[in-house]
Amino acid sequence: MARATGTMARRIESGLIWLLCVMPLLILAGQGLTDGLTANPVEYVLRALGVWALRFLCVTLAIGLIARFGLWRRAMVYRRRIGLWAFAYVCLHLTTYILVDQALDWPGIVKDIVKRPYITIGMAAFILLIPLAVTSVNKVRRAMRPRHWLWLHRLVYLIAVLGVVHYYLLVKADHRDPILYGVVILALLGVRLIPRRRGAIK
Amino acid sequence: MLIRPPADFKDCDVTDHGLYLRRREFILGSAGVGAASLIGGSAAQAAALKYSPNRMAIDEDKTPLKDVTGYNNFYEFGTDKSDPALYAKMMKTRPWTVTVAGLCEKTGQYGIDDLIRRFPLEERIYRMRCVEAWSMVIPWVGFPLAKLIKALEPTSQAKYVAFQTLRDPRQMPGQRSDILDWPYQEALRLDEALNPLTLMAVGLYGQTLPNQNGAPIRLVTPWKYGFKGIKSIVRIQFTANRPKTSWNILAPREYGFYGNVNPDVDHPRWSQAKERRIGEFFRRKTLPFNGYGDQVAGLYRGLDARTLY
Repeated sequence: MARATGTMARRIESGLIWLLCVMPLLILAGQGLTDGLTANPVEYVLRALGVWALRFLCVTLAIGLIARFGLWRRAMVYRRRIGLWAFAYVCLHLTTYILVDQALDWPGIVKDIVKRPYITIGMAAFILLIPLAVTSVNKVRRAMRPRHWLWLHRLVYLIAVLGVVHYYLLVKADHRDPILYGVVILALLGVRLIPRRRGAIK
Repeated sequence: MLIRPPADFKDCDVTDHGLYLRRREFILGSAGVGAASLIGGSAAQAAALKYSPNRMAIDEDKTPLKDVTGYNNFYEFGTDKSDPALYAKMMKTRPWTVTVAGLCEKTGQYGIDDLIRRFPLEERIYRMRCVEAWSMVIPWVGFPLAKLIKALEPTSQAKYVAFQTLRDPRQMPGQRSDILDWPYQEALRLDEALNPLTLMAVGLYGQTLPNQNGAPIRLVTPWKYGFKGIKSIVRIQFTANRPKTSWNILAPREYGFYGNVNPDVDHPRWSQAKERRIGEFFRRKTLPFNGYGDQVAGLYRGLDARTLY
């Protein structure tokens, strides 16, 4: 009986987290239906998806620490899922850029990637995320040596930093938001570098 | 969605609702001046502006008033494009004086209403191209800057006109952060300022200029990027040397003195070849001088267009 309620509680917990992950899309859809996407909806949606990708990356980075300091150990169960949502938001962001913002103007897109450092960096971050997403599949993960898998997934810190630089470079003058994300990511990385207590579970 | 204004405005059509609600204040303020002035109307106090119809029509749809007033940059009120509409009501536009200084005969302080009354107003429907690669079509009401300059009698040493925006963090919350070096400053070469396209705008869609669009008086130079169009002007100064301009101080490599719209000269961080017209889904090609080359290209003959960003 206790086990059954436990299972139910976990299902609810899992459902809530799933709901939180799709919430940004629901909000955007709601804004779309109520004329709430500003006078420049393409720009607004593009920016919103990018910022949400960055937020999900930050949450993914934070989960390891939350679990490590014993605040909510079960959070680790959801890290992969939230990391994959970050990848999903990056994909939606990129798709919006290619399909809507650039309207499949491939020469323009290639020129952007080559000439515009913020787009070069954004694209690099996207490409680096692909192997992380692929190796998140259990089968693939099991096929890998744990050491290699860990090494590969530490790239997420670099990717998050690239994401912030991408954001910083496109802002015209008010850099407060990208700097805030940068500080959060560097702080998370800083805490991560504190050596673990001897005997702690690796 | 496109809101087409009726061909002929009645007074009640164009009276700003806020002003309508404050009509008693307005009448009290005018007591003693007499009924005649109520009918003649001070252009600045009455919301409906009297102006001659547009002589610079372009065959493009006007951007709806809601977008012109709800989506723009006016960093004095915040850096988000919805901030100006939210916070610009904190700015008081009466009383308002414009200080005229520098190399001209008629230096001094000018009350905004005297200034506006002196020149007949006309409508100008202009394209507005933001340096961020979006654009609008805006029906301004104003008078050519050339008329004001001629009245101020610049001396022969005057080569530039510099403008300054109000600086008051109590009225302009965005100035509480050092995003730009306040007050906002802009300038034109004197011949640019005298070009017939250059407008001092005091109205929009036939009504008094809303605060968020730069009330009570702003500059409009349609062949230049929007950042040249300085808003809520409190100072005009004639100078012999090129004045400093705000965005150029912040990032000289990215924002030049001229700020002429040019699809071939990219912003160092993004392309200027295309723009998104507000209300349209896909980008359209940006035109050299924003489509006003016939009127202004002569100003820059002999200069390298690539240095005119």
